[in-house]
Amino acid sequence: MSTNSTPETMMGREPSAPMLPRPCTVQRVRQETYDTFTLELAPAAGGAFPFAPGQFNMLYAFGVGEVAISISGDPGRPEKLVHTIRAVGATTKALGHLRRGDTVGVRGPFGSAWPAAAAAGRDLIIIAGGIGLAPLRPVVYHVLRNRQKYGNVVLLYGARTPADLLYTKELEQWRGRFDLDVQVTVDRASASWHGTVGVVTNFIPRARFDPSETVAMICGPEIMMRFAIQEIEEMEVNTDNIYVSMERNMKCAVGFCGHCQFGPAFICKDGPVFSYNSIKTLLNIRGI
Amino acid sequence: MNFPLNRAMMAPRGSVTETALKVGTLRMLEGASLDRLFGALSKRGYRLLGPAVREGAIVFDEINSAADLPAGWTDEQEGGTYRLKKRSDDALFGYAVGPHSWKKFLHPPAERLWQADRKGKTFEVTEEKPDTQKTAFIGVRSCDLHAIAIQDKVFLNGYYVDPLYKARREHAFIVAVNCGQAGGTCFCVSMGAGPKAAAGFDLALTEVCEPERHYFVVEAGTDLGAEILAELPGREVEGREKAAAEDTVASAAQQMGRYMDTTNIKELLYQNYAHPRWDTVAARCLTCANCTMVCPTCFCTTVEDVTDLQGEHAERWQKWDSCFTKDFSYIHGGSIRATSKARYRQWMTHKLATWFDQFGTSGCVGCGRCITWCPVAIDITEEVRAIRQAPQSPKSSPVGDKYGNS
Amino acid sequence: METLERILAEHPFFKGMDQRYLELLTGCASNVRFEAGEYIFRAEEEANQFYLIRQGKVALEAFAPERGPIVILTLDQGEVLGWSWLFPPHRWRFDAQAVEFTRAIALDGACLRKKTEDNHDMGYEFMKRFSQLMARALLATRLQLLNVYELNP
Repeated sequence: MSTNSTPETMMGREPSAPMLPRPCTVQRVRQETYDTFTLELAPAAGGAFPFAPGQFNMLYAFGVGEVAISISGDPGRPEKLVHTIRAVGATTKALGHLRRGDTVGVRGPFGSAWPAAAAAGRDLIIIAGGIGLAPLRPVVYHVLRNRQKYGNVVLLYGARTPADLLYTKELEQWRGRFDLDVQVTVDRASASWHGTVGVVTNFIPRARFDPSETVAMICGPEIMMRFAIQEIEEMEVNTDNIYVSMERNMKCAVGFCGHCQFGPAFICKDGPVFSYNSIKTLLNIRGI
Repeated sequence: MNFPLNRAMMAPRGSVTETALKVGTLRMLEGASLDRLFGALSKRGYRLLGPAVREGAIVFDEINSAADLPAGWTDEQEGGTYRLKKRSDDALFGYAVGPHSWKKFLHPPAERLWQADRKGKTFEVTEEKPDTQKTAFIGVRSCDLHAIAIQDKVFLNGYYVDPLYKARREHAFIVAVNCGQAGGTCFCVSMGAGPKAAAGFDLALTEVCEPERHYFVVEAGTDLGAEILAELPGREVEGREKAAAEDTVASAAQQMGRYMDTTNIKELLYQNYAHPRWDTVAARCLTCANCTMVCPTCFCTTVEDVTDLQGEHAERWQKWDSCFTKDFSYIHGGSIRATSKARYRQWMTHKLATWFDQFGTSGCVGCGRCITWCPVAIDITEEVRAIRQAPQSPKSSPVGDKYGNS
Repeated sequence: METLERILAEHPFFKGMDQRYLELLTGCASNVRFEAGEYIFRAEEEANQFYLIRQGKVALEAFAPERGPIVILTLDQGEVLGWSWLFPPHRWRFDAQAVEFTRAIALDGACLRKKTEDNHDMGYEFMKRFSQLMARALLATRLQLLNVYELNP
């Protein structure tokens, strides 16, 4: 498995005009939580938008700015381009004001992918924290489409509070499946929450997977990923089979602007998905 | 001594050779005939950019003739120090490098990437037209040739290509000038980047100033360069002239003001992310970003989105940015490189280590600009030396191969 | 019919425990069940048991008059509830409520305290397991404190 196995067809399809956004039309807006929403887009010129799970797009809000957002839709349905966005800055807030029929500029897809296909034949442990579930959701879709190809599939998801949980309806559906072990937890809750309270890493020792035949995919705040990796390593999962998705400041997404450097790697083109082994030493260097 | 450079003094047209010259051919061109080169370029539609004295420094600007060149000037450079001084001769290229590099033209400080106009609920994006103005860069040093080649790797050699850079690059004619004199902060020899121009030029000049004679030895680097050289009133170079030109470059190589030991430099820096020297240099560094602005290879940019007052017309501009600013590494929640230590380390480690993994080459060409233009005279060669003298054990921070695989 | 001894042996907490000790412990164990909403213990009550959860979910809560119950963490199948029985003054610090129907093995604290005092080798095995549990709980609590999902904590 390689993090750089992204097929060329999955890379931004305008290698000679990489900075040019393509207008896409908002098909649907769904409020996920108080500060997070999902935009469903379609290329204004028609056609599909193939991508690999884990890749991201640059979304442009007219006149405001551009922001890197991972693709959170179903790779098996490339006609729908889905992004889940947390409104935290000027651009994401502007995207949050868009309504059906409005236009968004899109560049992409960019970056490396989760080794979803390469993990076939093994158990899969997917660990998501907060908005980190968004870039992992395409993996779940892919796995569910090809469920017979995988062993045990475990999805562990943690968020701050019950109000911060994404895709709650979908999670409920997934929990109802016998071929998917879905565990959801929050860091804090009032007594009205009947689910689990505690950090997401608590699930790891109790999750059902065969450490010698497991691929782990982790996405969330860096500090959460570090602790999740520690737990996974303690279970004796081969570190070659641990994958993480990294976040850094991104401006150009094509390796020109230098912002997203992480040691020798550019998050935009060498990442965002990395094998843990390939960045292990960098994760422990402060301010790199 | 003075070299009048007007057309009346130029060599007669009859001396122009009609036979085609080959790449690699050396010709002798009298100093007074330099304007013939400029003329040949102008005739082909080239805009001329070259060295000129502005506000006490030699910078690159539009020039019209050899008369605009900094005749008789040289630059005195040290850490945090730059001043112009009169030479004892009237050499036109008798200086090292100034604060400008050619990235100012090839990768401009600000450029529009595209414009967009609102059309009802949607908008239309108009791509920026690539600049096809033919431009001749006069007086490109070997270090800067290497720097251009390095930026080519960033913008042209990956899967994605910067179309605006590409167009400018394709329409550039490069007249290199071999250094006859090194500056006090130069260390191109250490970086294998000079002082003799080896590749990447259309024509390369070596200026020879003798008490009674001023001439150039000109080498053709491309077919176009050879074609133009053939039109100039030169002649075959004589052995003595060739030797004089070689001596000139050799003496520059001997004068390097700085030296950097580059043995295993990538590994050295990867193993020393936690070296106490970073704290020492951070205590001096003002994070002013001067080094990144004057560096001929630094390519980082940010983008700015602007609109008109009605919000109907939007533009995206790309502007030089610097890893020395706190915002550079900002993600929601804070800056990744919040300290000047982290930022200086990022810059230097990028130049001398991670660049190899990213682009297969050093990111430093030894031009010395970052040393000269640092307000507190931080010296990259000195920083490397300090780490090399007391390296940490490889165990302490073992970043190995690409991204730390070892 | 599953014997208590076998249930103990199969619980992750006692995994790898010497057979002889398990036999001794069985004498202190009993099967318990709690309906959803039922309190297993309340803060300030005497702490005389701990529980190996076999099924269900238990919430450890604190109560603030102005905020109501605050869930500190929940414990699921395979986890262990309670260590206040180990140390004086043997009082619970928090409330424990079954969030859903819960089955557990209750181990009698007074009985265990006596047996571990009598047999320090067994006591050591026991303390090793509890200290690991506490260390894990402390780590998890620290992680919770870090509030990692907050953008500007």
